[in-house]
Amino acid sequence: MVKAALRVFALATLIASSSAQAQEKFIVVASTTSTQDAGLFGHILPMFKAKTGIDVRVVAQGTGQALATARKGDADVVFVHDKLAEAKFVEEGFGVDRREVMYNDFVIVGPKADPAKVAGKDVIAALKKIAAAKSPFASRGDKSGTHAAELRYWAEAAVDPQTGKGTWYRETGSGMGPTLNTASAMNAYAFTDRGTWLSFRNRGELSILVEGDTRLFNQYGIMLVNPARHAHVKKDLGQRFIDWITSPEGQSAIASYKVSGEQLFFPNFGK
Amino acid sequence: MQEISQSLGLALQMVLGLDANLVAIAALSLKVSGSAVLVASALALPFGAWLALARFPGRDAVIAILNGMMGLPPVVVGLLVYLLLSRAGPLGSLGILFTPAAMSVAQAVLIFPIIAALTRQIIEDGWEEYREQLTSLNATRWQSAKALLWDMRFSLSTGVLAGFGRAIAEVGAVMIVGGNIDGVTRVMTTAIALETSKGDLPLALGLGVVLITLVVLINLAAQAVKSYAKRRYG
Amino acid sequence: MSTILPLVVRDLTFTIAGNPVIRDVSLDLIAGSRTVVLGPNGAGKSVLLRLLHGLLVPTSGTVRWSAGESRRHQAMVFQRPVMLRRSALANIRFALDVAGADGETEARAREAMDRVGLAHLADRPARVLSGGEQQRLALARAWALQPQVLFLDEPTASLDPAATRAVEDVITAMHAAGTTIVMTTHDIGQARRLATDVLFLHQGRLMEATPANDFFQQPRSAEAAAFIRGELLW
Repeated sequence: MVKAALRVFALATLIASSSAQAQEKFIVVASTTSTQDAGLFGHILPMFKAKTGIDVRVVAQGTGQALATARKGDADVVFVHDKLAEAKFVEEGFGVDRREVMYNDFVIVGPKADPAKVAGKDVIAALKKIAAAKSPFASRGDKSGTHAAELRYWAEAAVDPQTGKGTWYRETGSGMGPTLNTASAMNAYAFTDRGTWLSFRNRGELSILVEGDTRLFNQYGIMLVNPARHAHVKKDLGQRFIDWITSPEGQSAIASYKVSGEQLFFPNFGK
Repeated sequence: MQEISQSLGLALQMVLGLDANLVAIAALSLKVSGSAVLVASALALPFGAWLALARFPGRDAVIAILNGMMGLPPVVVGLLVYLLLSRAGPLGSLGILFTPAAMSVAQAVLIFPIIAALTRQIIEDGWEEYREQLTSLNATRWQSAKALLWDMRFSLSTGVLAGFGRAIAEVGAVMIVGGNIDGVTRVMTTAIALETSKGDLPLALGLGVVLITLVVLINLAAQAVKSYAKRRYG
Repeated sequence: MSTILPLVVRDLTFTIAGNPVIRDVSLDLIAGSRTVVLGPNGAGKSVLLRLLHGLLVPTSGTVRWSAGESRRHQAMVFQRPVMLRRSALANIRFALDVAGADGETEARAREAMDRVGLAHLADRPARVLSGGEQQRLALARAWALQPQVLFLDEPTASLDPAATRAVEDVITAMHAAGTTIVMTTHDIGQARRLATDVLFLHQGRLMEATPANDFFQQPRSAEAAAFIRGELLW
């Protein structure tokens, strides 16, 4: 019995120590699933690590969850795309040094047959037509940055999508990928960021129908979790990441990321 | 249908090619779930044995609750452990959130009821057979529990394997407390979830095939050991 | 070491679900006897033995030994031997450890196995031994404890004649070494071979308690006479 307990303890210590080794130089960044699914981090983080030796551990959640994680002090840096929520975050004292990093754009995808005839450049008109035609529409419904943006466009179109709840407006309550999976299976319209769409492999009958509307630009911001609020935050390492990603080097790293020859994210710090 | 054959081919490719990423992810799955099983068993086996032999008012309720907890939703366990380990929580100073240690803890919590409940039933059944002889020998409750735990080891190992299966197959708890961080806390199940959300269904299925095969192989090995030992030791 | 005999039993009654299985049994057990509890199936012999050994609690009446901690100086062998899943020797050592022996359990265990003629099977898994060998092992286990009283419940009912003979030899040897024997059987021949005293039970009542010779030559009750003649009693 004693021998067994000792073995258990030894193993537990082994596990703990292997995480302790890695404890040398790393930060936890709470970010969004759309950035992860688009593959951006796989491209730029190795460059940062090569330069500084700092390991960036990205926990990818929806914007709402990422901010909640940061609020509790479980991350050092937060990197999301919801300007209003970010501003509130700073206002409440949980974040400092907010900087704009890059933007990508949203698109509306839908069945090639386009029953609601939305194809074109006008996102607001498209949403009005989808609501009028009561065509199936898959929404993330998960308080993410993408979901918040989607709701703002519905508001601008003066449509309350909740009137279609349970019939044509389908809230999946999940990330971009699962929502696209659902849209693909249901042959529904969906609102997505271009990055996720370009890396998405299960398109079925769907393709991009609405793009290029300047209103569809999606701004990403980065913040340091306020060390005054959470003393353990790795403020030096975190600051270095923020400095790097807004430096010319980091910004061009972002610009150099392409999927199928297309650039997904457009750096715009300081512009 | 096409996706399934595609995924089987992918799975074979990954395994034969010993894809480095796959090996790392599979190794982490085994490490996390393996340690979860060790920790949970170390606590659940004695607890189950004690409960099997103890008699106290409310015992039936305790057993019912323990049995019920076998169905704990993994995502709920993940959430609770997350709240405990979060910096804002009581155990935040341990700093193990978003590391494999947290994943092991969450899985250990999840499978403790399974191993304990099965142990309780197995030991109680064994007690029926051994009770008179052990009482005649004046064995204390603790001596009887120890003797029964060793004697019923073949049946108990099935309970432990059930716990292992549950641990290595779940995704809800490890996703929340681990964060699915590439190279740090990504295990087979969270990798499958990620590939699914990226729409790469054949790859996700392929990983699934590898995971299932791994678990079946482990169970085959365990069964072989059991059969051999049973034949030799009766 | 104080002697726990004589055992004084007065008005012993045991009911199961309102059914009196043992009724108003009174008897004295003195040291040095080989007492055989005789009677048809269902007479309550096994229940009586368990009441005397303390495995069952009387519904009313008393079972009084002459010294405290009496069960430490008793041992019991059951109709089907209960062995742990370990070697034959280890089973005996287990009993010695539980009884609080310090140190030389291996030597004492080997000696016990030797006395019953099983020394060559010491390291064999106990459960792969034959029925007769296991029963002799159970006797060796009991003998190693050096009990003052040995209870045996139909010890040879499941054994063939050769094994029965071997077991009876051990019982006789233990008695010669100083253990008082209390044994149940429904086999009259065995009773004739082994008994110095007979307790005859019928439908839970003690019909006769006499020296063996007197019992077999001149039974006092009609039921006993019928039983000896080989008739079915109910």
